[in-house]
Amino acid sequence: MNPQDKMSLSDSLMLVIRRDWLLAMRRRADVLTTLVFFVMVVSLFPLSMEPDPNVLRKIAPGVVWVAALLASMLSLGRLFSADHADGTLEQMMLAPQPLALLVFGKIVAHWMLSGLPLVLLAPVLGLQFGVPTEGLWVLVAGLLLGTPMLSAIGAIGAALTLGLRGGGVLVSLLVLPLCIPVLIFGAGAVDAVLAAKSAAPNLALLGAALVVSLAAAPWVAAQALRISME
Amino acid sequence: MAINWFKYSAPSTFYGLAGKIAPWCAGISAVLFAAGLYIGLVVAPTDATQGESYRIFFIHVPTAILSMFLYLVMAGYAAIGLIFNTRLSAMMATALAPTGALFTFIALWTGALWGKPTWGTWWVWDARLTSELILLFLYIGFMALHSSIDDPRRADRAAALLAIVGSVNVPIIYYSVRWWNSLHQGPTFEVGRVAVYDDTMRQAFLLMLFACWLYAAAVVLWRVRSIILERERSTQWVAELKEIRA
Amino acid sequence: MSEFFDMGGRGLYVWGSYGVVLLVFIIEIWQVRHKRKMILQQLRSMRELGDEE
Repeated sequence: MNPQDKMSLSDSLMLVIRRDWLLAMRRRADVLTTLVFFVMVVSLFPLSMEPDPNVLRKIAPGVVWVAALLASMLSLGRLFSADHADGTLEQMMLAPQPLALLVFGKIVAHWMLSGLPLVLLAPVLGLQFGVPTEGLWVLVAGLLLGTPMLSAIGAIGAALTLGLRGGGVLVSLLVLPLCIPVLIFGAGAVDAVLAAKSAAPNLALLGAALVVSLAAAPWVAAQALRISME
Repeated sequence: MAINWFKYSAPSTFYGLAGKIAPWCAGISAVLFAAGLYIGLVVAPTDATQGESYRIFFIHVPTAILSMFLYLVMAGYAAIGLIFNTRLSAMMATALAPTGALFTFIALWTGALWGKPTWGTWWVWDARLTSELILLFLYIGFMALHSSIDDPRRADRAAALLAIVGSVNVPIIYYSVRWWNSLHQGPTFEVGRVAVYDDTMRQAFLLMLFACWLYAAAVVLWRVRSIILERERSTQWVAELKEIRA
Repeated sequence: MSEFFDMGGRGLYVWGSYGVVLLVFIIEIWQVRHKRKMILQQLRSMRELGDEE
């Protein structure tokens, strides 16, 4: 297989996504671990307090969002480290395609493997907390807009800490503060619906932030990779 | 006469320059502190609504302003270092981070001590204090990343990129926190808000602001001198310095 | 004078603020001086080693 020379940009993007997807499918346990972690963290909250339905409904959006934030941090370490170890990353940097595009592909793959499953599972957890149906829809919509951002911002952190000892904790330290706006708007959207207000402003802000971060983050992460690989 | 600024971007020249400027900054800062503290703590009248505890304003607000300002200066130096590949800028960014973090800590500490007597609570989730807390996380992230990379060149560049991303995020974080705060009908007051109605209050505030600024300048210049020596230890000009020959 | 330190019953908070600022400044200045002393010492010993060679 040697089609690099004539490959269009969208082809190479699809190739990166497909490759990461296949690699992850061979190690499904990794994906499942993240998912189980997410469910577990969310389930710990009712156990740590008196499970008053009113209180649970109130804290549900925040709890689900914080758990999603932590779960997506878990898998960030794997984003570039395997490719770094086997030399694929170096090949990617030498490839004729812009590195930012390939990084974008890796972000999309990371989101499909660690973000999307959380989005699909979130309504179930919302039901556990007694969130009404309209709240569940907004929760899913918010997560759908927000989790790609977590992967995109996370990619910058993962690229900066590539190959460092204690990289896992360091990534969280760098990335979590930058994700606070995502948390605020995402959880705020559900809060607004539960308070019988419109979730539209929160979701609109999330959408705008998503567009900006998807445009900028791959490029920044590519710069970070160049710095780390020198 | 045009001053050749590039001359001072060489660590060897800047080392001497910083050594000459820093004592002046420190001296003027001490004088301004003395004057500011005297006016702020003795001369300025008692606040009608908040009593004497409003006097924390004279240290809380200047340190809070400087904590944000220093982050932007740090990110600016980091950006210059990344774009023009100047070693000195990266060293300045590294030297600024600890002082910025300490100012952030002071702003948080004095904010808590102000909140308690005035509103009966040590911590309020108001937009300003919350943003200060997040700013502290950003400073800590910068220092943690820099110190966990052994190769100084990579450390400089990686931390610089993080500082730039952080500085783009600072306003977004601030406005998102404000938005969150207004939606939740949080406290109607804000820490750091005082009705400045008296000239002596304004004077004390400005004196303290410039005192803190010059203090930061002095400490950062002193710190960057050590960083320069550390990084340039194998060069000829360091070996010829009189403080090392002695 | 004691009235000044009492700060209308809020002395603990006002002096707690300014005291910690003083403490932080002292620690920072000490740390910067210490760092300079260490690096100068290190450079001097490096130089002596170089002279012997």
